[in-house]
Amino acid sequence: MYPPRFSLIVPSTLDEALEILSKYGENAKVLAGGHSLIPLMKLRLASPKYIVYIGKLQGLSYIREEAGRIHIGALTTHATIESSDLLAKRNPLLSETASRIGDLQVRNMGTIGGSLAHADPAADYPAAMMALNAEIVAKSIRGERVIKASDFFKGPFTTALRSDELLVEVRIPALNGFFGTAYEKLVFRAMDFAIVGVAAMLEIDKTGTIVKAGVGLTGVGSTAVRAKGVEEELIGKPASIDTIVKASARASENLNPPSDIRASSEYRRAMAVVMTRRALSRALEAAKARMKGQG
Amino acid sequence: MEALEKVRITVKVNGKIYTHDIDPRLLLVHYIRDYLGLTGTHVGCDTSNCGACTVILNGKAVKSCTLYAFMADGGEILTVEGLEKDGKLHPIQEAFWENHALQCGFCTPGMIMTLYDFLSRNPRPTEEEVRRAIEGNLCRCTGYQNIVKAALWAAERMRGGGGDE
Repeated sequence: MYPPRFSLIVPSTLDEALEILSKYGENAKVLAGGHSLIPLMKLRLASPKYIVYIGKLQGLSYIREEAGRIHIGALTTHATIESSDLLAKRNPLLSETASRIGDLQVRNMGTIGGSLAHADPAADYPAAMMALNAEIVAKSIRGERVIKASDFFKGPFTTALRSDELLVEVRIPALNGFFGTAYEKLVFRAMDFAIVGVAAMLEIDKTGTIVKAGVGLTGVGSTAVRAKGVEEELIGKPASIDTIVKASARASENLNPPSDIRASSEYRRAMAVVMTRRALSRALEAAKARMKGQG
Repeated sequence: MEALEKVRITVKVNGKIYTHDIDPRLLLVHYIRDYLGLTGTHVGCDTSNCGACTVILNGKAVKSCTLYAFMADGGEILTVEGLEKDGKLHPIQEAFWENHALQCGFCTPGMIMTLYDFLSRNPRPTEEEVRRAIEGNLCRCTGYQNIVKAALWAAERMRGGGGDE
């Protein structure tokens, strides 16, 4: 399959890239690792007149801690996120999520910025973005803005990014205390998109009470969602399986998932509850292990 | 900043340097097969599912049907043709031969290149880890059993062992 013809623009600095985007706007598409855009172009679902290739731009691939947050450059690949020591220690939810994307080859090329800007409603990262209350940084020649994950995903393949903006960074919390995280993804074949994916983060205190909770779901609607009902049901409650079973039951609240070739809407709603329970159980175990290890 | 209709790329493939003027939409797999004549890299599904087009780009396994050739500019590529040295098969190739890890052979170059990347990072893998590593490579003949066996055999051989259990 040959992708449609396009003209190529290769900026050598971020500023140049932003200028090009402001000039070409809707006629241009940004290319990084290519693992979302190239398949779309082959299928003629995207036929941009101009492609702005940012894959070789310096200074957009990093993972570092700054003032209690972890900043991740847009060009950081899934493979780098999967194997990051900093994330393993300070936010393993993101590295586990990255490890479940596609396959080894896809993770070597695909970037976090590209995946988020593409906004596939069944992609893996958005669940973690919701659970972690992540921030997404967009730049244009007009300046920089920080967008909350809950304001970023607008619909299937649609984000809050404007046509002259480039996603440059993702910010997530550096987790503290007795925390635990888990990503549970339901698939029937290796390397598939999630039928339902659930990202969970919990923090417990010395008395065994849940003090923080974040739960994000993907594959269950036009965008990833935050399971607010589940979170409400967890915070302030004892860190027990009973609490988790009860809270998970609320995962399907307000969900109206699509029916498609892989699963019915009804099945996805049922599995949202099951996968939430599994993710939270594993997160709870990790949090308890951390308490044991440090207490 | 100029919008290019043609782009000049220089790549090192299996140790040899090539320069070509290409159409930006040319896929890396077509560059490797049609411009360089290295047809060991296969086009299977052409949708980044099957892994038959896997090559090593700058040390990492990638699916060359889902990259534009210009994205490899300035880079180093290794294809299945570049594995043998002085007429001797690479241990992974030898492992496939010894363990009957192929029938039709169509997926084999991709399998081998994926394992080349994987075993360089994980020289002592478990069977489970091997199975996960080749998630992105589809074989429709062998049922994977002998491919996994070959991967473990190759790992052993590359660590300096005999290759047998």
